[in-house]
Amino acid sequence: MCLGIPCEVVALLEGDLATVSVSGVEREVSIGLLVDEGIKVGDWVLVHVGFALSKIDAEEADQTLDQIKKLGQVWDDELDAFKQTEIR
Amino acid sequence: MKYVDEFRDPAAAKDLIASIHKMAEQLGCSWKIMEVCGGHTHTIYRHGLEHLLPEAVEFVHGPGCPVCVIPSGRVDDAVWLSGQPGVIFTTFGDMMRVPGRAGSLLQAQAQGSDVRFIYSPLDAVKVARDNPDRKVVFFAVGFETTAPSTAAALAYAKKIGITNFYVFCNHVLINPPVRAILETKNVTLDGLIGPGHVATVVGSDHFQFVATEFRIPIVVTGFEPLDILQAVAMMLKQFAEGRCEVENQYSRVVRPLGNPEAKRVLEEVFTPKDSFEWRGLGSIPVSGYRLSDEYESFDAEKHFDLPGAVVADHPACQCGLVLTGQIKPWECKVFAKGCTPDNPIGTCMVSPEGACAAYYSFGRIPQILADEGKPE
Repeated sequence: MCLGIPCEVVALLEGDLATVSVSGVEREVSIGLLVDEGIKVGDWVLVHVGFALSKIDAEEADQTLDQIKKLGQVWDDELDAFKQTEIR
Repeated sequence: MKYVDEFRDPAAAKDLIASIHKMAEQLGCSWKIMEVCGGHTHTIYRHGLEHLLPEAVEFVHGPGCPVCVIPSGRVDDAVWLSGQPGVIFTTFGDMMRVPGRAGSLLQAQAQGSDVRFIYSPLDAVKVARDNPDRKVVFFAVGFETTAPSTAAALAYAKKIGITNFYVFCNHVLINPPVRAILETKNVTLDGLIGPGHVATVVGSDHFQFVATEFRIPIVVTGFEPLDILQAVAMMLKQFAEGRCEVENQYSRVVRPLGNPEAKRVLEEVFTPKDSFEWRGLGSIPVSGYRLSDEYESFDAEKHFDLPGAVVADHPACQCGLVLTGQIKPWECKVFAKGCTPDNPIGTCMVSPEGACAAYYSFGRIPQILADEGKPE
């Protein structure tokens, strides 16, 4: 629940939502908490429970993901949860 | 050092470990450092960091596991809510297995309650929108990391006119329990590893009171093993130089003032409660959130007549002492005996961020029990 997942923004949607992608999985998240950041397609964000909470740079995201994947079960569970439910 | 090769920058990690050993030797005494956040506890155990560091540096595991600090009575209320007619009860997966007196949410689900596990509070709003004839309750738990998501989901539900969505609010604040622990006489800490993701929201400046009032350093820290090693090195440097400051090791994500929009939505949707009952810490004034008057109609505690009983923990459970750093997980009477991740007695054994579950999962129990001559 507390794991932040680095995700790439692949499409901006209505109502402060965006489609993000990580490890081949796409889902909708809210970018409403980053209204001041002017988030655009191609940006990387750290996502907590369906909300982008901070903007990070692409290289940082890459390295963080590498590390998170080494968490094994915790990462698998988080990605499963991420996949399992849809906002829209 | 087999684990070090998996770190982000193994060479940097080895250098850091060497410099920490050198600094600890020069300092010549021992240091108790509390990692406030359960995410850090998980990293420390998973990567065996306590074995890479000098014996003079001792990690004390703190209260920052949102699952672990929820008292039994609130779990009972959640199970009760899930059994009310017409209710769809939504929760993060982490809360499903937490035992209450009448069982867990997982057991309630097996007995026919409509309990659904979701990833995001926005998913719960969607469930409410898709099921207008049902009452959809969301079991909101978590510190300031998760609370803005619940707040933003509530603001969204209000905006689109959803009237069958209710939040059972158990959001808590990080500073009050930290303060309570720093004021506890049984626990003497030399420094704190500050919670990186809470700080993403509240900002690193939020922890200034630790340095100013308690005169100990705090280093806001990321969640990789290399981050924690860096934080320990930064802390030892502060010890050596006699400084006690707030430092931000996780500046690639955390800003001094945090996320302003997240703080704004927290203020709009929530109001601090007079007090919140914490597992192991008891009742702490102004340490949790309730829904603000403007959002009252979404408040599960206002809409449903909850039992709301204060329930003592299982008599054998010592989660409270673990959560306040007074005993180590394996020093609990039921650790790995009556209490295991598959059959937890206490919350610290449920969540992967709980100190007991983290310790249990990474395979040092036989060694510890053998060391202490205890039977398996």
